[in-house]
Amino acid sequence: MAPATSRETAVAEFHKKIKEAFEVFDHESNNTVDVREIGTIIRSLGCCPSEGELHDLIAEVEEEEPTGYIRLEKFLPVMTEVLLERRYRPIPEDVLLHAFEVLDSAKRGFLTKEELVKYMTEEGEPFSQEEMEEMLSAAIDPESNSIQYKDYITMMVIDEN
Amino acid sequence: MGCSCSSVADDGSKQVIRAATIIQNWYRGYRARLKARQRCALTIFRSIEYADEQGQMQLSNFFSFMFENYAKAREKDPNLVTQLFGSSFPDTYEEEDYTKMINVPDSYNGPRLQFPLTFNDIEILIEGFKEQKILHPHYVLAVLHEAKKVLMKMPNVSHIRTLPYNEITVCGDLHGKLEDLLLIFYKNGLPSDDIPYVFNGDFVDRGKNSIEILMILLVSLLVYPKDLRLNRGNHEDILMNMRYGFTKEIMQKYKLYGREILKVLEEVYTWLPIATIIDNEILIMHGGLSMSTDLNLLHRLERHKMKSVLMPPVQSDEDTTADVRSKIGGQKGKTTLSQHEWKQVIDILWSDPRSKRGCYPNKSRGGGCYFGPDVTAKILSKYQMKFLIRSHECKPDGYEICHDGKVITVFSASNYYEEGSNRGAYVKLGRYSAPRFFQYQVTNSTCPRPLHQRVSTIEGSAIRILKERMVSRKTDLVRTFELHDCSKSGKLSLSQWALSMESVLELNLPWRSLSVHLVNRDKDGKVEYMSSFQDVQIKKPVKEAHSSLIETLYRYRSDLQIIFNVIDTDHSGLISMEEFRDMWKLFKTHYGVHVDDIQVDELANQMDLNKDGSIDFNEFLKAFHVVHKFDTLHKSDTLAFQE
Repeated sequence: MAPATSRETAVAEFHKKIKEAFEVFDHESNNTVDVREIGTIIRSLGCCPSEGELHDLIAEVEEEEPTGYIRLEKFLPVMTEVLLERRYRPIPEDVLLHAFEVLDSAKRGFLTKEELVKYMTEEGEPFSQEEMEEMLSAAIDPESNSIQYKDYITMMVIDEN
Repeated sequence: MGCSCSSVADDGSKQVIRAATIIQNWYRGYRARLKARQRCALTIFRSIEYADEQGQMQLSNFFSFMFENYAKAREKDPNLVTQLFGSSFPDTYEEEDYTKMINVPDSYNGPRLQFPLTFNDIEILIEGFKEQKILHPHYVLAVLHEAKKVLMKMPNVSHIRTLPYNEITVCGDLHGKLEDLLLIFYKNGLPSDDIPYVFNGDFVDRGKNSIEILMILLVSLLVYPKDLRLNRGNHEDILMNMRYGFTKEIMQKYKLYGREILKVLEEVYTWLPIATIIDNEILIMHGGLSMSTDLNLLHRLERHKMKSVLMPPVQSDEDTTADVRSKIGGQKGKTTLSQHEWKQVIDILWSDPRSKRGCYPNKSRGGGCYFGPDVTAKILSKYQMKFLIRSHECKPDGYEICHDGKVITVFSASNYYEEGSNRGAYVKLGRYSAPRFFQYQVTNSTCPRPLHQRVSTIEGSAIRILKERMVSRKTDLVRTFELHDCSKSGKLSLSQWALSMESVLELNLPWRSLSVHLVNRDKDGKVEYMSSFQDVQIKKPVKEAHSSLIETLYRYRSDLQIIFNVIDTDHSGLISMEEFRDMWKLFKTHYGVHVDDIQVDELANQMDLNKDGSIDFNEFLKAFHVVHKFDTLHKSDTLAFQE
């Protein structure tokens, strides 16, 4: 028997990872999930596609006639490719910091709550109200009513680990 | 010039858009990882909840088994048989007189009710409960007796109509969570002839204010019998309460009159209607449907004969048992429902909808069935119903719509598993409008806690109960781990470990992602499987006992407690050594538990602390609990009624 190539081992590992992430959302244990949750699954696997890229990815795994559900069978090969090709890599801390600095044009080291809300809900791929509220609940220092973004990034990274 | 200016501005705005996109993108990733962890925690809660329910349902087989063996062996102990299958209800009038004899002393400072009850009493009751007052047992019993009389006059399936400009509010499971009920009333108004309500079962168990909820609902029913409907849920069952907390709550709050309250309560349960129909087109019941659901039969069966899901009717052609039962029942006719009728009721109280077509047994709960969209369509069209409202399942958003909009699940206990685990919801139905949903979440803090804090709390307590599960199966787990660990290194590959966990615990969970919280892994990624047990152990009430026996007792402690309570016909909390041994033998045989009789004998002798030949099993079983090493002790702050 030929020894498994590194690619085969990697594929096998990714398969297990993807299946587990999928199963958490597969409430009826019938290898399907609600299409609205597929973004969370993809992102929870460490990928950071934009909303546009996510949209394309969903189109790829959806049935020809969309049912509102995604089947594992279709999702598994597509997602395995994504992971193998290391597409949609996570955003490094310095890139994130730089993005905040761009928005903080006066270089004050913070954004006011109003500025943050305006940028996040009016520019780019705007946040929903729920996303915005959730971000604010951890980002805004209630005393100054602003976000000290450097501290915020450090805190978020620590929280997750 | 103007041209280049605008291109600088363009560059600037492009940069802003790119920066915003990066931040949004990063945040969405962060949020998704937290959401996945939150879901994973909910999966743990749900799997363990259902596995536990399965255990509870298996008790019914045990009771049948026990009836055949134990009763015969003990010369058909009539008390036992009465307790299990017969009508255990003594004369109601005597009980009511008894209630009148309980005096409410002048020193009592809780809510005082005035019969006949009025709207004012609902308010008084709620005000008292907000101040954490305990309702006097005299009032509790009086309300139960009055409610029983009203409920007895109601049909199995009660009908209610919307008025042109009056919506009906439907609430799902409350599970003893008073704050949720009060929040609903605050948002939606107290029950009245203008604000009709249907409460769709599972008022009690799990939360710490089941009696308060039940009292508010029953008093409201007595004041507005035409405008309020209460459906029976699968927790309106005296034997379910023994496992899920309501019995304990009553005994803690009403030490002296607890038994009496439980007795009347059992009757009240059996008289609760099992379904409600709005405007002849909206069907409301606690669980759901099955392929054989027959509304006509459900209309006419004698619902008060449905005592408990754990007491299924014994096959009537089994001569001996039928004989004994008819003798004990002392009544003409049957004292229980037929098998078919019984199953009809179980199905509507226990079933869950699924997207798969067809109808198949509800394996994860062990009772009722799963029903597909085709079953829904068939049954609803057969009875010309537009849609079904059911409860019974916790949903992250408090409600969920499935089966092409024909099934609505509404669940009203927010934070059901843990603070932040789910929202609660209620639904309002008007004659000319589509159902309107209202969501809420009870919270102690004024501002919402950040997502990661909420997730950490939920995750922490999910891991905690999972570890308790693991330690209760430690012997079997270690045996399985060692079997696969051929080199005796104390380590397994992640996959092998995950497989072993799955096969022993019989829980379908994402073990690989959970491994971070459950075991240590070495630098090569191998799992050091014994590390799971470093910080948890079962506290042994008796030092000398063998650990496999301790694990078995811990694992089955809820089952054993119910069984002992059922045999303990005089409610003394004591059983004789002989009864204990007999019961244990039956239990062992039935559950296929391998424990040495000598060990059990030793244990029984040790349990008999004062050497009087009897065992206080409640105290004994309470002594078994898992100790988490790095825990601060929880202070229990239960109030008791001063009698």
